[in-house]
Amino acid sequence: MFKIITAVIGRDLKLAMRRQADIVSALFFFIIVVSLFPLGIGPEPDLLRKLAPGVLWVAALLATMLSLPRLFADDHRDGTLEQLALAPHPLGLVVTGKVIAHWLVSGLPLALVAPVLGIQFDLSADALIVLTFAILIGTPALSGIGAIGAALTLGLRGGGVLVSLLVLPLYIPVLIFGAGAVDATVTGLGGEGHLSLLAALTFASLGFAPWATAAALKIALE
Amino acid sequence: MKDRFNLYRFASPATFYPLAGAMIPYFVAVSVVFGLAGLWLGMLVAPTDFQQGEGYRIIFIHVPASWMSMFIYLVMAFWAAIGLAFNTRLSGMMAQALAPTGALMAFLSLLTGALWGKPMWGAWWVWDARLTSELILLFLYIGYMALTAAIDDNRRSDKAGALLLLVGVVNIPIIYFSVKWWNTLHQGSSVNLAKSSMATTMLWGMLLMAMCFWMYSIAIAFMRVRTIMLERERNTEWVKAVLTGGEK
Amino acid sequence: MLEADNLECVRGERRLFAGLGFRLKAGELLYLQGKNGSGKTSLLRMLIGLLPPEAGEIRWKGQSIKSDDFRADLCYLGHLNAIKEELTPLENLLAAARLADEELSDDDALDALEQVGLAGREDLACKFLSQGQKRRVALARLVKEKRPLWILDEPFVALDVAAVDWLAGIISGHLQRGGLAVMTTHQLVDIPAGTVRELRLS
Repeated sequence: MFKIITAVIGRDLKLAMRRQADIVSALFFFIIVVSLFPLGIGPEPDLLRKLAPGVLWVAALLATMLSLPRLFADDHRDGTLEQLALAPHPLGLVVTGKVIAHWLVSGLPLALVAPVLGIQFDLSADALIVLTFAILIGTPALSGIGAIGAALTLGLRGGGVLVSLLVLPLYIPVLIFGAGAVDATVTGLGGEGHLSLLAALTFASLGFAPWATAAALKIALE
Repeated sequence: MKDRFNLYRFASPATFYPLAGAMIPYFVAVSVVFGLAGLWLGMLVAPTDFQQGEGYRIIFIHVPASWMSMFIYLVMAFWAAIGLAFNTRLSGMMAQALAPTGALMAFLSLLTGALWGKPMWGAWWVWDARLTSELILLFLYIGYMALTAAIDDNRRSDKAGALLLLVGVVNIPIIYFSVKWWNTLHQGSSVNLAKSSMATTMLWGMLLMAMCFWMYSIAIAFMRVRTIMLERERNTEWVKAVLTGGEK
Repeated sequence: MLEADNLECVRGERRLFAGLGFRLKAGELLYLQGKNGSGKTSLLRMLIGLLPPEAGEIRWKGQSIKSDDFRADLCYLGHLNAIKEELTPLENLLAAARLADEELSDDDALDALEQVGLAGREDLACKFLSQGQKRRVALARLVKEKRPLWILDEPFVALDVAAVDWLAGIISGHLQRGGLAVMTTHQLVDIPAGTVRELRLS
């Protein structure tokens, strides 16, 4: 069971390393979007501190969306996806591997640059730690739920926009608890409750989403 | 296949098409009766609210529309589960026929909510937990309709839509819970929409209006599903027979 | 071993075929023939279990092909090469084997690449190879393939004469070992060993 998951992760990471431009552009998209907000709303530190959690999280959702359409599209185009579907293990395990690999190249980098961007918004050290941690444990859920949307829209015209339409409403709980954790830390309430709910969302979506995704892929391959 | 399940007989479009056609007038009539009764109770009999005046009467549209928008999503998810489990053609058509009505109900609920909100709270829109959830529900409807419209192959469109509905129905409680949590954190004073001490006449009015909307939804979904059937099965014998023999 | 009964295929609004069936025993090869759009590829996709038939059933060793065991006996080569442009031929071969849960050592993979005439190009990313060479990378999988059922979609397309002969040899070796094969093709290639049967779709 773990052999196939690690095999998929290994292959996808190797492919991602040979196409680093994709990872870097999604990361810079995140940085640019976050940096645009102070320009739009003005530089008052109080206001920025208040807005930072929401702005960073919304930007993280959008940056994740950016890489979703390609999650299965490349494998679909060159025929690899058929081979994966025909391998003698459940397709859900293959998808789990792909979701983990997607998180490693899209979610993890966001968590790593988030504290730097948080400093631009004058967040305290506590808030920065919670922000990084929240993005770290929340983004796997984004990859998991996003995979369902990517599989449902596989091979459709305008797939990219359609993915956003399907997936963004489903991201709302992650946004609420992720931004809420940072917000609660800023206002001194403590973000532990939010963080544990966020972790619960991630576990639930990693357990459930790959199988829904596998079903969607089989529909798309018919 | 026919012997396995008696339901299959009604699940066949050729059987269902005339059946639905025959039932539409009855549902329309019942809907009108319930609607008139509900409006009479709501607009004329129910007492004027001493705080909100006459403006509150819009809840006789608002509350039933909200109920229906949620209920229709559940019905669509039910059809989705049936369709995926038994591979019946009718299920996907029913889900697709219901979606625009569900979206309309969600939209109506938001619109009447805004009209009611202006005199109540002095703003067209407040980020109340229920209104926000209703807005997200509208997004889910739009996502479903966009997905099914984007897929040309009917079979894939039905199945992919069904899967999205099931994913949505699992997520709705989570979304609703998180929105409520968010709302209680960010708003000190929560806005209470429906008072628990509601007059019995008001409750009856809302129930009658809900029945009216329900019957309307069934009638309109039947009309839409008949159109979908004709379009999808235009090359089959029974559709040719229907079209040459005149509309029934 | 491979049995198909009463298969029906509907794509969009067209019924491509109905009441189609065949039996294929160990050591036999089935050629699917027919015009473009006659449903050859659809039939292959039914046989590998990706496309559920409108009616009818397919069995492998007496069991429905819906079971996971079937896929452990299956090797499918589609009209797409299923190779990654960014990876080298060697990496592609090893990755494909790992993902399909097959044992393949580095030496075996290198040997297979040599047989398809890609010696010296093992470490060049596939995007620098020609179409024919990419096809050979995909075909190299077959060299060490031990699974009993091969399903091949147009395997001879884009190959030169020497490669066609080589592939025919590989397929007959497979049949001699008691394997089965189903393939679509436009050109009839003489396969030296095994019983060859034909199925024409119209």
